[in-house]
Amino acid sequence: MHVSRDGTECCQRSDEFELLLRARRGDRSAFGTLITRYMRRAYYVALGLVGSHDDAQDLSQEAFARVYRNHESLDPEKSFYGLLYQVLRRLCFNHLRDAKTRKSRLEEKAHWLTDEARDRAALSDPVKRSEWSELKTKMGKAIEALSEHEREVLVLKEFDGLKYREIGELLEIPIGTVMSRLYSARKALATLLEEIH
Amino acid sequence: MDRTRELMMRALDDEISASENMELQAMLNANEQLRAEWESLTQVKRTTADLELAKPPDELWEEYMDSVYRRVERGIGWILLSVGAVVVFSYALWQLVRELIGDAMIPWYVKGGAVALLVGIVILAVSVIREKYFVFKDDPYRDVHR
Repeated sequence: MHVSRDGTECCQRSDEFELLLRARRGDRSAFGTLITRYMRRAYYVALGLVGSHDDAQDLSQEAFARVYRNHESLDPEKSFYGLLYQVLRRLCFNHLRDAKTRKSRLEEKAHWLTDEARDRAALSDPVKRSEWSELKTKMGKAIEALSEHEREVLVLKEFDGLKYREIGELLEIPIGTVMSRLYSARKALATLLEEIH
Repeated sequence: MDRTRELMMRALDDEISASENMELQAMLNANEQLRAEWESLTQVKRTTADLELAKPPDELWEEYMDSVYRRVERGIGWILLSVGAVVVFSYALWQLVRELIGDAMIPWYVKGGAVALLVGIVILAVSVIREKYFVFKDDPYRDVHR
């Protein structure tokens, strides 16, 4: 789910320029290439933001559809993912603010998080498995309880692996604001961990 | 955000220079409360670093692109359905109003009401369509409310 940057970024950028030019003219195969390139990233970021597989699939696909419907306004000079992300984040935040979503989230466990390595290690020990499962659920709930802005930077940093500068560019906010939101998010999670231990 | 917390974040996320790291260590060495905060934040970082987003079934990726295009097609379908419904409904309403106006037994105020109903619906429809057109034309994402 982490996009490689160094080394391949220059080639990808010129390749994307051509794709966007063609997609802007309505070339479905060009847009299809863009979907294939970014679908995992869009899906996982949406999953981190909304905490539900079905909703992440629905919202990320809707974001692509909306961008495609307005393909004539695609700008080859700009990053496709930047545009896609702006649409996706608004869809996700609107979804989170919806009253029905809030109600159903209270009733769900946080199945959107996992740790395969720790899960495998804990398999043979039922006590450890239970403790880790409980911690994951509580961490998931704590992340869900963060404000949308705090959660967003945490997801982009911890799950999408972006640097501060990249997060700032994507969200169009100063790096200081990125760090400030991250700090708030981590302080909130630290309080939870202290309560558990 | 103050300098100390900024350096803590940079250190946690490995975006700190050697000189900044030395500056942070000096601050932590001089303040026990800061050290305790640093420890708790480090624990959070370790825990979240162990977490991953759960992977979906592989079939999701195989069908993903088709699902996007089906959404686009459904949007076009709804537009055609709406336009068709408006045309048919408008024609039916027009025929009804014509029948009412042509019938000498119907009181004049009922005929006037029917005409006002028809004109009002047309005005509202044109107004909504015009608004949607200009919103769509200028800002395709404005319908996504904040």
